[in-house]
Amino acid sequence: MERTRRTFWSDVDWTLVILFLVLALMGWINIYAASYNEEHQSILDFSMGYGKQLVWIIASLILGFVIMLIDVRIYDRLAYVIYGATTLMLIMVLLVGSEIKGAKSWFTIAGVVSLQPSEFAKLGTALAVSKFMSSMNVKISDLQSRLTIIAILAIPGILITLQPDPGSTLVYASFILVMYREGLSGKILLFGLLSAVLFIMTLFLKQTGFGIPFTEIELNGKYALVIAIVVLSGTSIALLKNYNKSGWQSILIGAILSIGFVLSVDYVFDNLFKDRHRNRINELLGIISDPTGTGYNQHQSKIAIGSGGFSGKGFLQGTQTKYDFVPEQSTDFIFCTVGEEWGFIGSFVVIALFIALLLRIIFIAERQRSKFSRIYGYSVASILFFHFTINIAMTIGLAPVIGIPLPFFSYGGSSLWGFTLLLFVLIKLDSERKYVLR
Amino acid sequence: MAIFIVMGLTFLFRLFFIQVIDDTYKASADNQALRYVTQYPSRGIIYDRNGELLAFNEAAYDLMVTPRQVIQPFDTNNFCDLVGVTQEEFVERMQKARRHSRYKASAFEKQIPADEWAIISEKLYRYPGFHGEKRTLRRYPMPVASHVLGYISEVSQRDIEREPYYQMGDYLGVSGLEKTYEPDLRGTRGMKVLMVDVHNSIKGKYMDGALDSLPVPGLNLVSTLDRKLQAYGEYLMQGKKGSIVAIEPSTGEILAMVSAPSYDPNLLVGRDRSRNYVELSANDSLDPLFNRAINAVYRPGSIFKLVQSLIGLQEGVITPQTRIRCNRGIIACHGSHTNDDLKGAIQHSCNPYYHQVYKRLIQSGKANSIFEDSPIGLTNWREYVLSFGLGTTLETDIAGVKKGFVPDVAFYNKWYGEKRWAFSTIYSNSIGEGELGVVPIQMANLACILANRGYYYTPHLVKERGGNPKRDMYLKRNYTMIDSIHFQTVLDALEAVVNEPGGTARRARIDSIIVCGKTGTVQNKDRPDHSVFMAFAPRENPKIAIAVYVEDAGFGGTWAAPISSLMIEQYINDSIQNPLKEQRIVEANFLNPEIKLQDGTD
Repeated sequence: MERTRRTFWSDVDWTLVILFLVLALMGWINIYAASYNEEHQSILDFSMGYGKQLVWIIASLILGFVIMLIDVRIYDRLAYVIYGATTLMLIMVLLVGSEIKGAKSWFTIAGVVSLQPSEFAKLGTALAVSKFMSSMNVKISDLQSRLTIIAILAIPGILITLQPDPGSTLVYASFILVMYREGLSGKILLFGLLSAVLFIMTLFLKQTGFGIPFTEIELNGKYALVIAIVVLSGTSIALLKNYNKSGWQSILIGAILSIGFVLSVDYVFDNLFKDRHRNRINELLGIISDPTGTGYNQHQSKIAIGSGGFSGKGFLQGTQTKYDFVPEQSTDFIFCTVGEEWGFIGSFVVIALFIALLLRIIFIAERQRSKFSRIYGYSVASILFFHFTINIAMTIGLAPVIGIPLPFFSYGGSSLWGFTLLLFVLIKLDSERKYVLR
Repeated sequence: MAIFIVMGLTFLFRLFFIQVIDDTYKASADNQALRYVTQYPSRGIIYDRNGELLAFNEAAYDLMVTPRQVIQPFDTNNFCDLVGVTQEEFVERMQKARRHSRYKASAFEKQIPADEWAIISEKLYRYPGFHGEKRTLRRYPMPVASHVLGYISEVSQRDIEREPYYQMGDYLGVSGLEKTYEPDLRGTRGMKVLMVDVHNSIKGKYMDGALDSLPVPGLNLVSTLDRKLQAYGEYLMQGKKGSIVAIEPSTGEILAMVSAPSYDPNLLVGRDRSRNYVELSANDSLDPLFNRAINAVYRPGSIFKLVQSLIGLQEGVITPQTRIRCNRGIIACHGSHTNDDLKGAIQHSCNPYYHQVYKRLIQSGKANSIFEDSPIGLTNWREYVLSFGLGTTLETDIAGVKKGFVPDVAFYNKWYGEKRWAFSTIYSNSIGEGELGVVPIQMANLACILANRGYYYTPHLVKERGGNPKRDMYLKRNYTMIDSIHFQTVLDALEAVVNEPGGTARRARIDSIIVCGKTGTVQNKDRPDHSVFMAFAPRENPKIAIAVYVEDAGFGGTWAAPISSLMIEQYINDSIQNPLKEQRIVEANFLNPEIKLQDGTD
């Protein structure tokens, strides 16, 4: 018994625990700065966000500790049960949840504490995906397996879309990285990348028009893209035909799909997207520019971060975040406070810590003997990476405004707990890696 | 794994660009989160010689607008009612503000008095984008001395170009003491850098006030004026055109400077300044903005005979005992005298006597031809006259003092031709008519010279500037070319003019004080003469020297003399013994005599 306990604690990956603690603490300092005002200086003022966040942080430490004590086998054995439970919560929230800012994403308990089930659904989904993919008979190359995985992801994804909370839905797309690690063809990643490029090019080109020489026909710019695809694929097929008998077929299919995609972007973008989403994308691409209207959030965010300079304005000296020029400055735009008050140096440290965290998780995932644990580790890394990338890219104007929190940093109990659960389950799995074989 | 590192580097690259390389974000942040508030210094206060207030400051507010923060829809109707502007004005001013800057505040309405501001500020929260900036407004507890104090107005583009200290929205003195002592009065602006939140409400000092500077208030002035005497002078001059200048002979300090008609200095302040200015300058035929005490040039009249007497004595062409026949064939005279000595001649204002004295001065026998002799005599005589402060600019500390005129050889050569004029051509000067021109302040200064028996201090209006003593130039005695011994007879005569039976200024007599004075009656073409009196009192250790001009009022002894005596009595005794004398003056009205004649009512 004595030996077991010692081994158990010494097998905990303290690097990860310390990274977690540092990020949560830095997050808290920045939340304090973002909502600081002279009348409420006490860090224990529970009427202020930072007072509550301190409670969340302490609670999440307890949560982490409890996870360490629970038998590790339940994650594997009860993966689908947990998935089912979190999915049930997503259904419940649509029925009895309270609506905040136009989205039915919250359970309000006793009118005080709010819980956001979508933050916990990530854990359930990660466990379920890991469980399924680690099953003996599952091969990622099978279409059926792929479809099952997509179904596991789609159920919570669709439920969250119904809230609606499109940002949180997009997080499930990050599992493509997990699938890639487990043998998904790189072509699919390439296909995804190509789609994104075509999507952006179409949005740009449809703003323009061109005339066909010698005629009086004016055509929308997107047809130029169609013509380019036809010419390119035609030439490639002509060149490849003699060398590679089957290659030309896939190029042809690719070309047809691309043309169909380009032509439908217009319709999807104009009819299926909501106005504000359209505006955010157009704003990001510079197609429209309205810093006081649709582009206000991102414009203000860039001002806050950009005004920080090399070494920042100093703790509590930020004006853009503290004085509400930046919206949601404690939650989705918390990185603005880092950028403004701590400057490039502070931003560098935060980004370096996140990269270190992600690399450490991958390192841990790779050392697992159990496939379940490895896949779970990749799931955690993918989810955190997606949040990190989208959140920071949004604040510095590299991605459209998508409202998802910065892990461990952003204000909010649910998201902090959700990420703590994700991370500590991994730490627990890792600490038992010598005993868990499957 | 590589994707993590690539993403991290992408972010750092982007962050380095927007945080370190690109400065525009810093500028945008300052622009929206910092508000630079000018701290206007309070303008120096002006006191009278006894510490009574002449001009002070009252809180006033400029209503500022930051066009970008004005939220639509805007309740223009209620806003216009509140601020007191019309819809057209509103539209026009908003356009002007937008042209100035969308992000920076500019004045929408200036100089709103504190009581009106209280009402506006209460409701201002309904109109985001508008805020108040504290300024000060000149106020005058008694509506007196407007010509001396002058007024202030907002700087023009030209002022800013000339003197870089000024910024748009500053005020500067444009006339009177406000102008002369502008550098002392204005003080130094301060600056406050405040942080504002997205709702434009102030959140505190930027960098704990490290960049802030406090305004330095302007220096207070202690004027030489006696507010009570000044007010009394203005009271006496109601219904009249003219001026009073009273000076303390022992210092040259101006005790009162009245120019009638006057105006309430409170009119040229604040929101209504420009409208009132137009009213006063263009729509008032009496020209109340004109300071007659320093700007109106009159012929000196009989009073000039005192100067002639003193030059005659100094040059030795007469002695106190010299008697000259009152030959009325050469020049007209009045009264019953026939062969006066000097004292009698002054007392009776004998014209032939001074005709002779002047002749002796101009044609002194230094050349054989009178055409050669006269220019020599005139040059010599003129030098004497200038030493009395006549024909020269008295460097009083308000701008625009006129020089008056004492003709010289060049003037007559140009007028008549060289060697084509002699005494007989210019003899009108002998009795203070002809080409001579003086300004009332010069006449008051002449009274000082007589009181001091031969010297004067340049008359001035400020005793102290924020504890600093007056300018050196006002501490210097200016001597005339007359020895003090020659003043005895002239002073005897001046005493007699006022105090002896038959003197021309019996109305200037005061029982308890020996007043020395001389009347003057300045011919005024086809209109009634100007009534002039010059005096000082008491004869020993004189405390006040005075010159009074009442235009279109007639004989000097009738109006100007009693006004002078009332002023003297008020100043020395601080009370008036004979209220009827005062009443007679106050009731007299000499404005627009033509109109009265046409009406046939007077």
